Amino acid sequence: MRIVKVLSIILITFVLIAGIAIPLAPAPQGLFEFPIIPGLEDKARNIFYHVPIAWTTVLAFLVSMWYGYRYLRTRSIDDDLKSVSSAGLGFMLCILATVTGSLWAKFNWGSFWNWDPRETSIFVLLLIYGAYFALRSALASDEARARLSAVYAIIAGLTVPFFIFVLPRMVAGLHPGAKGDVDGSGPVLEFKMAPNMRVVFFSSLIGFTLFYIWLLTLRIRAARLEHHVADQHS
Amino acid sequence: MNGIRLQVTDLRRDFNRRPVFQGISFALDAPGSLAVTGLNGAGKSTLIKVLAGAIGPTTGTVAYQRAGVPIEIDALRHELGFVSPYLNLYDEFSAEENLRLLSRIRSGNEPASVTIERRMKQVNLWNRRHDDVGTFSSGMKQRLKYAFALLHEPTVLMLDEPTSNLDAEGIAVVEAIVAEQKERGILIVATNDESEAAWCTARVHLSGSGGNKR
Amino acid sequence: MSTIARTWALVVKDARSELRTRYAMNALVMFVITSVATILFAMREDQASPELLAGMYWVVVFFSSMSGLSRIFVSEEEKGTALALQLIASPKVVYVGKLLFNCGLTLLLTLAVTVLYLIVFPGFVVASFDIFAVTWLLGSLGLASAATIIAAIIARANTRGTLYPVLSFPVLIPLLMTVMRSTIRALAGESFENAFGEFQVLFSYLLVMTGGSYLLFEHVWKD
Repeated sequence: MRIVKVLSIILITFVLIAGIAIPLAPAPQGLFEFPIIPGLEDKARNIFYHVPIAWTTVLAFLVSMWYGYRYLRTRSIDDDLKSVSSAGLGFMLCILATVTGSLWAKFNWGSFWNWDPRETSIFVLLLIYGAYFALRSALASDEARARLSAVYAIIAGLTVPFFIFVLPRMVAGLHPGAKGDVDGSGPVLEFKMAPNMRVVFFSSLIGFTLFYIWLLTLRIRAARLEHHVADQHS
Repeated sequence: MNGIRLQVTDLRRDFNRRPVFQGISFALDAPGSLAVTGLNGAGKSTLIKVLAGAIGPTTGTVAYQRAGVPIEIDALRHELGFVSPYLNLYDEFSAEENLRLLSRIRSGNEPASVTIERRMKQVNLWNRRHDDVGTFSSGMKQRLKYAFALLHEPTVLMLDEPTSNLDAEGIAVVEAIVAEQKERGILIVATNDESEAAWCTARVHLSGSGGNKR
Repeated sequence: MSTIARTWALVVKDARSELRTRYAMNALVMFVITSVATILFAMREDQASPELLAGMYWVVVFFSSMSGLSRIFVSEEEKGTALALQLIASPKVVYVGKLLFNCGLTLLLTLAVTVLYLIVFPGFVVASFDIFAVTWLLGSLGLASAATIIAAIIARANTRGTLYPVLSFPVLIPLLMTVMRSTIRALAGESFENAFGEFQVLFSYLLVMTGGSYLLFEHVWKD
C-alpha cells in the first residue's frame, strides 16, 4: 500500500504542477510547451483533472457494485464494508466531476448545464449514489442494509450501458465523441492532445486511480475498526 | 410418507452482525418431535424460520432428506406446515377463500372440498367459512392458521407459540393435532411454556447468544 | 405446467385482493386525476405543443405509478402475509406473479391516462397509431418491470413512500427519455420505421431489467 500512496502523491503533484505551469505556445517546441487548441486555450488544462475524476467516479461505482455482488454470494459483512466504502468515495468524486465539468461547460459552452448525454449520465450517477445512501439509512438491520443496497446497486448498474452506449447515439451532445461528431467537426470541439499533454493526462489517470485505491483501503480499515469498536461497546 | 430426516449442522444466524444463535446441530427423524425453548429474544422464532427455509442461515446448513435423498426447498414447501402468531392470512378474503387461494399458489390446484371441510370442522370454523378473516377474533385467526398448515397433510409441522390466543377448546384441538403429528412425521414446537415443551421428546434450548441441545 | 398454474394463482389472488380493497387502484386513479387537473390549471388557456404534451404524459404516468405500484409488495409486508407467501411459493413464482400483476396494472394506468389526455388536451392527437401502440406496450412493461423490483426492495425499508420515487427515478431515466422521444414521433405522425431505434432501446431495457430482477429477486425476498 505504501507504494500506491507514494506513487499517487508523486503523480498528482506532478500533474498539478505540469498541468497548470506549462505555458501554451502557438507552435510548441519541445516538452515544456503545450499547443493552443482553438476555442479551448487555457481551459484545455481542465482535461487533466475533470476526465480522470469522472473516470474514477465510474470505477468507484463498478467496484461498489462488484463487492455488492460478492456480498450476495458470500454474505460476509466485510464485502458490504468494501462496497459502501467505495460508494462513499464515488459519491464524493461524482460531485467533484460534476463541479469541474459544470465550470468547464460554463466557460466553453456558455452555461453550467446543457443536458448533454454525458452531463445527463453523471447527473443520473449522482442520483443513484444519493438513492443508494437514502436506502441504506432507511434499513434497520446491517444484514438487510447490505443485502438490499447490493441489489439496488446492481439494478442501477444495469442501466449504465444505456448511458454509455445508447444515449450518446440518440441525443446530440457537446462532448467529444458525441452524435454529430463523426469527423471531429461540427459543434463539438476537436480535442487532439500533443504527446506531452498525453503524458500529463495519463499520469493523472493513473494518479487519480491510485489515489482512489489508497483512500479506499483507508476507508475500509476505518470502517472495520469502527465496527470492531461498536461491537465491543454493545 | 415417513422416513423424513432433518439434519441441522452448525447453524448460525446473525442480526446486526451479532449471532442470534450459533453452533446449533441436531438430527431429527420421523416420527419425532423437538421443542425449541429459551427466553424471549433468545432467537426461537428466528431458528424456526430458518428451519422452515423462510429465511436463510448466516452459516451452517439445514437439510431435509428421505431415505438418504435430499429434499429440495421447492419440494419441501409441499411437506411443511407452519403456525405462528406473526404469520398472517389475508384479511380481505373469507376463511375458505384463503385456504383455496393459498393451496393453488402452493400446488397449482385446489384441495378436495372434503379435505377443506374436514380441516375447517377440525378447528371449529366450518360455519364461519364464508366470513372475511378480517372480522375474525385473534383466536379464530389462530385456528384458521392450523387449518391452513394442515391442509396438505404436511410431514413436517412447525408451531411457534402454538396456543397463543387460544381458549381451552382451541388448546384441546391443538393437543389432538400435536398427538397426531408426532405419530405421522416431524413436529417442532417453539415455546417458553414448559407444558408445551413437554409434548416433545427432544429439545434445543437457546440461551441468548449460543445454543445447546439438551 | 404446474409452475404456470401456481404463478397464475398468485396473479388471481392479487387481482381479487385488489378488487376487494382497491388499495392501488384508488391511489392511481386519484393521482392521475389530480396531476392532470394541476397541469390544466397551470396551462389555463394556453395550448401546449405536442412535444410538451408527450413529456407531460410520461410525467403523469411516472408519478402515478409511484403512488400505486409499490402496493403489491408493501401490502404483503404491512399485513404480515409475506411469510405465508414465502412458505408456500418459490421466489421465482412470487416474482413473476407480482410482475404480471404490475404489468396489467400499468397497462390499465397508461390506457386511462391516454384516454384522459385525448379528451382534455386538443393538441394531443395520436397521428401515428402504430408507434404510439408499441411505445405504450413496451413503455408500460418496462416501467412495470423496474417498478416491481424497486417495490420489493423498499417494502423492507421504513420510509417506503418517499423512498420509492427516489430509488425508481434514476433507474427509469433511460426508459423515460426514450418513451418521451418516441411519443413525440407518434404525435408528429412520423412513419413506423423512424421509431425503430427507440423500440430497440425499450425492448432491451425490458429484457435487461426483467432478467436482472429475476436473478436477483431471491436476495430481496428472502432474508
